[in-house]
Amino acid sequence: MERSERDSIHKIRRILGWLVVKILRALSLLFAVSVISFALVSASPVDPVQRYIMGAGPVSQEQQSLIEAYWGVDRPPAERYFNWLSALLHGDLGVSLLYRRPVAEIIAERFGNSLALMLCAWVFSGMAGYALGCVMGMNRDRWPDQCIRRICYLLGSVPAFWLGLILLMVFAVMLGWFPVGFSAPVGILDSEVTLWQRLHHLMLPALTLGLVSLSNIALHTRQRMIDVMNSAYVLFARARGEGSLTLLWRHGLRNTVLPAVTLQFASFAELFGGSVLAENVFSYPGLGSAVSEAGLGSDVPLLLGITLFSTLFVCVGNMIADLLYGIVDPRVREVSR
Amino acid sequence: MSRTGYKKGLNRRTKTLFLTLFLSVLVLLVYASGILIPGEAAGTNIQYAGQPPSWAHPFGTDNLGRDLLMRTLKGLSVSVTVGITASCVSAVIAILTGIATAAGLRGVDGVIGWIIDLMMGIPHTVLILLISFSLGRGLKGLLVGIAATHWTSLARLIRGEVLQLRSAHYIAASRRLGKSGGWILTHHLLPHLAPQFIVGLILMFPHAILHEASISFLGYGLSPEQPAIGIILAESMRYLSSGMWWMAVFPGLLLVLFVLLLDRLGENLRAALDPYSTQE
Amino acid sequence: MEKRCDSPILEISGLSVSFQMYDNTFGRKDLQVISDLHMRVYAGEMLAVVGSSGSGKSLLASAILGILPKNAAVDGVMRYCGQNLTPAPQRRLRGNGIALVPQSVEFLDPLMRVGTQVDGHGKRPVKEGRDRGQSRRKIFQRLGLPRATERCYPFQLSGGMARRVLVSTALIQDAQLIVADEPTPGMGADQAREALRLFRAIADDGKAVILITHDLDLALAFADRIAVFYAGMMVETADASDFQNGQGGINMLRHPYSRALCRALPQNQFEPVAGFQPYAGSLPKGCPFAPRCSYRSQRCEQKTPPVRSLRGGEVRCFCADATL
Repeated sequence: MERSERDSIHKIRRILGWLVVKILRALSLLFAVSVISFALVSASPVDPVQRYIMGAGPVSQEQQSLIEAYWGVDRPPAERYFNWLSALLHGDLGVSLLYRRPVAEIIAERFGNSLALMLCAWVFSGMAGYALGCVMGMNRDRWPDQCIRRICYLLGSVPAFWLGLILLMVFAVMLGWFPVGFSAPVGILDSEVTLWQRLHHLMLPALTLGLVSLSNIALHTRQRMIDVMNSAYVLFARARGEGSLTLLWRHGLRNTVLPAVTLQFASFAELFGGSVLAENVFSYPGLGSAVSEAGLGSDVPLLLGITLFSTLFVCVGNMIADLLYGIVDPRVREVSR
Repeated sequence: MSRTGYKKGLNRRTKTLFLTLFLSVLVLLVYASGILIPGEAAGTNIQYAGQPPSWAHPFGTDNLGRDLLMRTLKGLSVSVTVGITASCVSAVIAILTGIATAAGLRGVDGVIGWIIDLMMGIPHTVLILLISFSLGRGLKGLLVGIAATHWTSLARLIRGEVLQLRSAHYIAASRRLGKSGGWILTHHLLPHLAPQFIVGLILMFPHAILHEASISFLGYGLSPEQPAIGIILAESMRYLSSGMWWMAVFPGLLLVLFVLLLDRLGENLRAALDPYSTQE
Repeated sequence: MEKRCDSPILEISGLSVSFQMYDNTFGRKDLQVISDLHMRVYAGEMLAVVGSSGSGKSLLASAILGILPKNAAVDGVMRYCGQNLTPAPQRRLRGNGIALVPQSVEFLDPLMRVGTQVDGHGKRPVKEGRDRGQSRRKIFQRLGLPRATERCYPFQLSGGMARRVLVSTALIQDAQLIVADEPTPGMGADQAREALRLFRAIADDGKAVILITHDLDLALAFADRIAVFYAGMMVETADASDFQNGQGGINMLRHPYSRALCRALPQNQFEPVAGFQPYAGSLPKGCPFAPRCSYRSQRCEQKTPPVRSLRGGEVRCFCADATL
């Protein structure tokens, strides 16, 4: 009893130590991203302060001096950067030039929409991709494999925005089954939008994003499944009388599900990239459409804020992927015994 | 079943060879068409605005009466240029990081790993937007952006390979024999890495084209007058409800086909060069 | 499957296994890996199939169980307790009459706990009044495995434990025929003996055991009969005692290859056999051993010798009498 207690304490300490290292690494990455993105934005021909003043409507003297103070006009770049960083660390991401509202507020609001979209697409691509991958792997080189594999190759070569465009044209414009864009019907108060209306608006963009991410997970699972089915332990299981379905159930799923889930978590970057395109096609008010608007409208604070936020998002995904491997896989988990 | 599998394994080399030849010709044709097609062929002609596909205009015409086939071909040729340039630069970065790893200086490998993590930590689309924004949009931003983001996966691959090779016995033997680092690099490492490098380069190419199209679609990159696939498709979006379906369908289809072929070529080459796949 | 078999538990006659391969761009090529094999195993007996690596002996196990790759073609008759082993009964008997004991821990699912894995998937009939866990625990106890083993993952097992766990998979299904495929490589001499002792005990329990191995020395110490395998062909089947340096010495042996094998043992002359075993793709026309055989005649190079009984064993050699 005592020994197992000591073991579990040891295990927890190991995981905590590992977590601390990972978090430090993620922080170093975030710091580097802040430096790089600030440098890139500073190097651009666009001057955020000028842009703000010229942007829209008259700006009061008070506002102008505030914004000048935030960006540290006429200071050397390094000082400006640290100025900005300390504001950032205090939670002040600046004010969006396009929306005239604090960037943090916009990100929070938009991220909710994006999260709904990405989550739907993520779950869909994960489940459908995994299932298709299993079907392909179990039927290697037979017709189900050949058909699904070709479809996956095709989906892997389709740009998200074009797929969205075609889906939009067919299902929204021609058939009229889905609304043409946005996250809710136009002209209705936010509080009056029903869940069904939201879902209805979400479906096409989520399908677009999900289909684009599907081929990766499906082909990866297919390869894993083939490896498992060619393994010595499956040969032995067959020698003990297990049929295909039992093999899939007892060994196939067990040995492929963790890599698949890990891959899904590790692909947050692609997911976010795809959402930028999908949201633009469907005029969906999420972070993705905000970031491209920010770039086009030279909204520097918003651009910086979303860049940092998306990096954080990806880092969290990667960290969960690593953690999953460390905690769930018994070969890693119990090796300390 | 496996009979066909085995047959395919043998045929794959020939198939790949044909695909390579076919694609090289296709890429050249597309590239040449971009230069050879006179501006007028894809020029504005209000008289023929919004025509559906016909023999005279196989892809139809757009809202300004420009022939979409010509415009798409010109757009693809821009994509090819951007794709080739960006992937080559990317591949060079990747191989340089691989060699830096091979040099085995203390800490260098750690730093490279960190940089790769960094580049993979920012969503590529966002980073390209940022770079594009920084360089004032246009072709330059697009090129730099794509080149700066696409090297990571190949670099990871090469790095893993180099780390494995570095501990290989025959490398150690060469070192014992007093061969210099440069000799080992040119006689052992580079020949070993060359196939991976070529495959990686080819596989990067369709990705780069997809990104080019995506970023152009978002309105970054090329100016609206330039015929780029992304821009054509972005324009088509405005005419979706007016029933001009051909504006969206054909240019996109051609792009998908092109990317698909390139991707298949890369994967087939990879399989043909992989010694393990011949056992299939 | 409970009925006793007085006739051999497994009887194989004329078994051939070939793989269909594609040669260049021109048509099919059949790669014969086992040719015209005859063999019998009785209850309570341990038969060792001895051959060097590449002789195709491991494929014999797959052929008996019907788990050869799909491009393999099987010819000949196999009978299990008098029942013809066609694919359907093979499927039924897998894990339920015929059991395979594989080589190493590699054959266990790395992500499944040992207990669940040993229990199998549930097709196996459970003995009256005992649930599966109980019978597993009993077997573990018999094999000297600590009870906590069932909670382990395969990677946590030591070599000896893994061996016993693999044996327990055969015991739990109460099979009449156990095929052990190379159970000893990578083990020390003591471990290997320990492993074979397990199989000997199973055979003494009234089961039939086929031990597939390359280690003649070890096989001699435990098996009742030895079948010598060479280039896909069973060249001789003999009592283990024929191999011992008894009164007759190795002259009891019938086939030149068996004698050569015997002479190559460390305790004998330790004399290697000159030449190499031919690969399945490039078998000579007649007797596969002819090119290395000092007794060969023209007949050997033209015709494959048939099986015949000689001095209580079976041999495939034209000159078996002459070599005495």
